[in-house]
Amino acid sequence: MTLTAPPAAATALRRRPGLRRLRLLGGQGPLFTAALLLLAALVLVAALAPLLAPYDPEAMDLTASLVGTGGDHLLGTDQSGRDILSRLLYGARTGLLGPLLVVAVSTVLGTGLGVLAGWRGGWADAVLSRSMDLVFAVPGLLLAIMLVAVAGSGMTAPVVAMAVAYTPYVGRLVRGVARQEKARPYIESYRVQGWSGRTICLRHLLPNIAPTVLAQSAMNFGYALMDLAALSFLGFGVQPPTADWGAMINEGQSAIQQGAMLPALAPSFCIVLAVVAFGIVGEGIADRIAKRER
Amino acid sequence: MNGITRYLLGRLAGLLGVLLVTSFVVFATVHLAPGNPVTFLLHGRPATPETVAALRAEHHLDDPVAVQYAGWLGDALRGDFGRSTQYHQDVATLLGTRLGGTFLLVGYSALLVAVGGVGLGVLAALRPGLVDRLVLIGTGIATATPSFVSAIALVSLFSVNLGWFPGPGGTPEGLADRLHHLTLPAVALATTFAGLLARVTRSAMLDELGREHVDVARARGVAGRTVVRRHVLRNGLGPVVTVGGTMLAGLLVTTSIVETAFDVPGLGSLLVQSVTAKDFAVVQAVTLLSVAVFVLVNLAVDLLAPLIDPRLSLLTHGEGTS
Repeated sequence: MTLTAPPAAATALRRRPGLRRLRLLGGQGPLFTAALLLLAALVLVAALAPLLAPYDPEAMDLTASLVGTGGDHLLGTDQSGRDILSRLLYGARTGLLGPLLVVAVSTVLGTGLGVLAGWRGGWADAVLSRSMDLVFAVPGLLLAIMLVAVAGSGMTAPVVAMAVAYTPYVGRLVRGVARQEKARPYIESYRVQGWSGRTICLRHLLPNIAPTVLAQSAMNFGYALMDLAALSFLGFGVQPPTADWGAMINEGQSAIQQGAMLPALAPSFCIVLAVVAFGIVGEGIADRIAKRER
Repeated sequence: MNGITRYLLGRLAGLLGVLLVTSFVVFATVHLAPGNPVTFLLHGRPATPETVAALRAEHHLDDPVAVQYAGWLGDALRGDFGRSTQYHQDVATLLGTRLGGTFLLVGYSALLVAVGGVGLGVLAALRPGLVDRLVLIGTGIATATPSFVSAIALVSLFSVNLGWFPGPGGTPEGLADRLHHLTLPAVALATTFAGLLARVTRSAMLDELGREHVDVARARGVAGRTVVRRHVLRNGLGPVVTVGGTMLAGLLVTTSIVETAFDVPGLGSLLVQSVTAKDFAVVQAVTLLSVAVFVLVNLAVDLLAPLIDPRLSLLTHGEGTS
């Protein structure tokens, strides 16, 4: 939940009006664009990895272990003689796919439950809110480790655990926003016109809360990326020899003791860059909403 | 019954509920696991019908699940978590030997988070312009850096290149040497959290600095330093304590990653090893203990926050979070 603490804190931050003035890394405009472009490039790299990668990411060559930068291998090789650049490019695939699944499931589930709780109120709200509190009480990382203990290592257990752990973050946020929206006059006017609750929710409530959810999801994407990489680092996530940033850092640890930094530092850099970019985009969207509402 | 008593009883009931549900989930993990619990207990040893029957009897596997759970929970409450198949030791004894390492690391790290986070936040709020900008950029990167990435960067710089601190592993002797060994792990663990706390502190300070009472204090001729200490910091402490407290709970979980990266013998690294070794009794004990501490710390923060900042009433706070 280390790793789950950040989203909680992030939500807390956004509720503080003073933080609306906060700019992540300086000026808003160009940085936001740069972050978006970086993320687009990342998606492109992940999609085109087989075309871009100069080598097979899993091809070992023990005669070329820990080759330096430049030459045949632009970023050098790891201990097993695998090309680091190719592994980074392929690593973007698992690096993005995992968080994508986590965010998609938690966003859909959290929005559904949040709207239900916020719109219905009463016992439905009580039951849903208590259940979300319960999931909140168990840190996501711990949940994932427990699930791995039962179901074994691989992508499945960590992704399922994180999707469950992230749902209440979205759920609580949506419940709050839905309650606010519901109290607004425009909703009442639709009701007076005889629209059903379901139609109002689908056609008007959801589109109005979508930007808020999007901002939270963008930030969750970065946190999920960190959490899943951490689990791969522990050896519970994506299994070797598949290229994955977290797993690459784990494998690169011993090379550091021999003075070769790149096998571990290159994927570290990719993770930080991606997380920073998702953070900037998330805060940028949140900022825009705040400005529009003022 | 007045409001506060009701609130406290409600929170306590919620706490017990969370612990009951999670303890059942933790207990059920072995039963939900694909395959038979006996297969796990056998650990690849040859299974004669006699040994299987003996194991089933020993672990009460033929009783109804509710009875098994009650028995397990009763044992756990008395401090009996079974035996570790990995270390051939009582789990409680094993946890006892590992508790100290985690405690020291988390304590060291919490100190760094508090001093570094609040210090940087105050600095940024008081020095707008270049310093503020640098702190914002630094903390922006820090919050995006997972602990294991910090670990790698710290080891390659301060251990391998500069040789100031020992690398992963090693058996330190004496407290000073232990702290020396724990410095890099503590910094790695603290980075993300310190970055977040610095940002929370900064914005809380800026909120207070813009208030009228601060202008009034200045106009009365109160010294700048005193204004900051008595009027700004004191008033802005509320959110800092609340966020800082939840971070303490976060540190307790993230420590498993850092302990693994630095080979620190603690509860977190024990948990990771035990998952790999399918040592279920240990996994159950550590997860149950972690959730209990996590929930208790969060409750303590909620109860203590109004003492530090009386404006945060327990009642309104309770309604705000429900």
